[in-house]
Amino acid sequence: MTFPVGRSDVATSEAAMPPQSGLILDVQGISKRFPGVQALSDVSIQVRPGTVHALVGENGAGKSTLMKILIGWHRRDRGEITLKGQVVDFHEPKQALDAGISIIQQELSAIGDMSIAENLFLGREPRRAGAFIDYPGMNALAKDAMAELELDLDPWQKMKTLSVAQMQLVEIAKAISYEADIIIMDEPTSALGDREIEHLMASIRKLKARGTGIIYISHKLEEVFEIADEVTVLRDGHHIASMPTGETDRDGLIRLMIGREAKGFPKTNTPTTQPLLEVEQLTREGEFRDVSFTLHKGEILGVFGLMGAGKSELLNALFSVTRATSGSVTFQGKRLRARYPSQAMRNNMALITEDRKATGLILPMSVRDNMAISTLGRHTRFGFVSALGVGRVVSSMSRDLDVRMASPRQLVKFLSGGNQQKVVLGRWLLTKPSLLMLDEPTRGIDIGAKAEIYRFMSEFVDQGKGIVLASSELPEVLGMSDRILVMKAGRMAGILSREQASEEAVMQLAV
Amino acid sequence: MKQARSLRIRIFLVENGIILAFILLVVALTFSSEFFLTGPNIRNVLRQASINGLLAIGMTFVILTAGIDLSVGSVLAFGGMIAAIFASSSLGEQYPLYVALPMGLAAGAMLGMVNGSLVAFFRVPPFVVTLGMLSIARGLTLISSDGMPVSRLSPEYIYVGQGMVAGIPVPVLIFFGVLGLAWLLLYQTPFGRYVYAVGGNEEAARISGVNTRMVKFTVYAISGCLAALGGIILSARTTAGLPQAGVAYELDAIAAVVIGGTSLAGGQGRLFGTLIGVLIIAVVNNGLDLLGVSAYYQLTFKGAIIVAAVLLDSMRQR
Repeated sequence: MTFPVGRSDVATSEAAMPPQSGLILDVQGISKRFPGVQALSDVSIQVRPGTVHALVGENGAGKSTLMKILIGWHRRDRGEITLKGQVVDFHEPKQALDAGISIIQQELSAIGDMSIAENLFLGREPRRAGAFIDYPGMNALAKDAMAELELDLDPWQKMKTLSVAQMQLVEIAKAISYEADIIIMDEPTSALGDREIEHLMASIRKLKARGTGIIYISHKLEEVFEIADEVTVLRDGHHIASMPTGETDRDGLIRLMIGREAKGFPKTNTPTTQPLLEVEQLTREGEFRDVSFTLHKGEILGVFGLMGAGKSELLNALFSVTRATSGSVTFQGKRLRARYPSQAMRNNMALITEDRKATGLILPMSVRDNMAISTLGRHTRFGFVSALGVGRVVSSMSRDLDVRMASPRQLVKFLSGGNQQKVVLGRWLLTKPSLLMLDEPTRGIDIGAKAEIYRFMSEFVDQGKGIVLASSELPEVLGMSDRILVMKAGRMAGILSREQASEEAVMQLAV
Repeated sequence: MKQARSLRIRIFLVENGIILAFILLVVALTFSSEFFLTGPNIRNVLRQASINGLLAIGMTFVILTAGIDLSVGSVLAFGGMIAAIFASSSLGEQYPLYVALPMGLAAGAMLGMVNGSLVAFFRVPPFVVTLGMLSIARGLTLISSDGMPVSRLSPEYIYVGQGMVAGIPVPVLIFFGVLGLAWLLLYQTPFGRYVYAVGGNEEAARISGVNTRMVKFTVYAISGCLAALGGIILSARTTAGLPQAGVAYELDAIAAVVIGGTSLAGGQGRLFGTLIGVLIIAVVNNGLDLLGVSAYYQLTFKGAIIVAAVLLDSMRQR
């Protein structure tokens, strides 16, 4: 029997390095077409050894596609990749790994039922007697790899028992442990706290000193300016500009990314004093405790907190996804007694969850089916769904929200993140809610779509409705909220009015 | 210290509820039938369990990769038939065991490889591929034997199904030998980890440099090969290659894996659980026989056990 054999040793590749003068990676003129979209047109990027090259652009700009071509996940249509002076052509991620390119993926790819060590060394397990896994050796190596990021976990621990931040750190440790010449980091800090980001930045500096080239993809421009030597901007699959980070600034990059001046937060609503939602001493054991607030008609209430503060948990309890252990919720003057989300929905509440792929959308279904699924009952005749009626409301909603798609029959999985989010939004708007709860509504979507969602929020509450906006993006919360409820470790740290709220004031409460 | 131990015991019980259920079953049957816990009966139960056990081991590999193999019953018949044809003196030359046995195994492995290539390289859903193979392999069995039983097998061949070594039936020895090898493969070699990885997160496994297609291909080949081994044992025990052998055997094999706590979604499960699942099915069949329950009730009862086991598991997950 033959086994697929991994890279059995953690090879050091200093010896294979070209002279310092050259590029470690030279990517020229890459084009890639997917059915219906030109994902990349003539994109180039050069990485010098011992430097960090940042790649920025809106979602859908083609960053991840370019990286997937680099590691041999997708095949390119045109273009040439030169690694350490040699033209390469990868068909499989394994070839890229063997040649010295490792990647931290944007979407966490842990295998939950395997241990940390097994995840770290998947595909290149240390062996004894040639055939068997050397578990003690592997666990020791895992300890070392994690120590690089000041991560002290038991290598035997199953991956699924870790927090999201810990999983991301393990992924990072894994990519680093290949001792690759090129490390691609695709949104490596999306789940990390400040201290962990510091550890990551420290390791990146060590890698630079070792001569590793790093491609750093991030939406967080602060990080780009902190760590990157050069930056390349992509927009709609085109190469827009490459330059040393010293020659540009935040506003300059944003202008290149969106090709126009960045818009602020379109906030036009004025809150009334009529209560819409009154929450008193709401508690759910182990998640959050004694949360009280009143949301007025026409108001956007921001809920801010760092990871683990209990924002999502609060929204889930309000929407009856989970049940509060004590406290009361009064909605539109009536005590809310919903026990299931379907009942909350009938009470004209809506919740747009944090993870649209896992809990929002039915990916293999069409835009039309996804939008209409919650309100099919309103378009039936004698028990049969009226395709005409559904088609009409979906078309008009798609127009209102400016969903960009080929047709309402297009499958949702082929839309960009921003358009997917609009589909989820459209579904809930069709239920005609008077309270909309949004959990990280703009996570991972591009700046253009963000602005549209912000504009929509203002219009929505102006009709005497209310929004609870939970977000860990401070500018968004500050920009859109009339008041901000700050949570910290499951408790209410305070409520700030729009006038009181500043980045500092909110962070003071949150940390 | 004492608290920590009682907690550990509780965790053990929750994790191993199925073992507890098995023990309770054995105790209950011991009290309700005087024959149950006797040497000959235990031997009998294990012998009956061994064929389903071989199928279930292969099935565990396949299900761990989030696949399914519905063809094992038919592949069992085909492998057994091919081996029997070589071991029989009624159809031309009679070959020795060391020819007949590898021929049968190779026949099963080949059909498994066909399954594996279609699943791994052509991305046809495993359910469809192996459903097709269920029919194809049965057809091939009928073609190769002309629809007739193949008997007059060599004594050494029959020994594989009926022989005893130190009071232990040969099929039982084979089953536990294969179980040991499977354990080594699954838990001590990289390949075994890749089986879990492919079922747990195929994309992540591939990005980590795992040859995911090869892993999928191999598990179906293993399943086919073990099904053929089961078929050889069955033909040896019944002293004939039977064209209708193994009909609906895939159901018991899948049931054993599922009762043992392996998730049909892949990536999660244990070989030890499969062993317990196999024993539970064998003990239930045997126990109901001993208690004189009619075959009709036996089927109903077995189905209820499968559903109950999965129910227990899904309640634990929550």
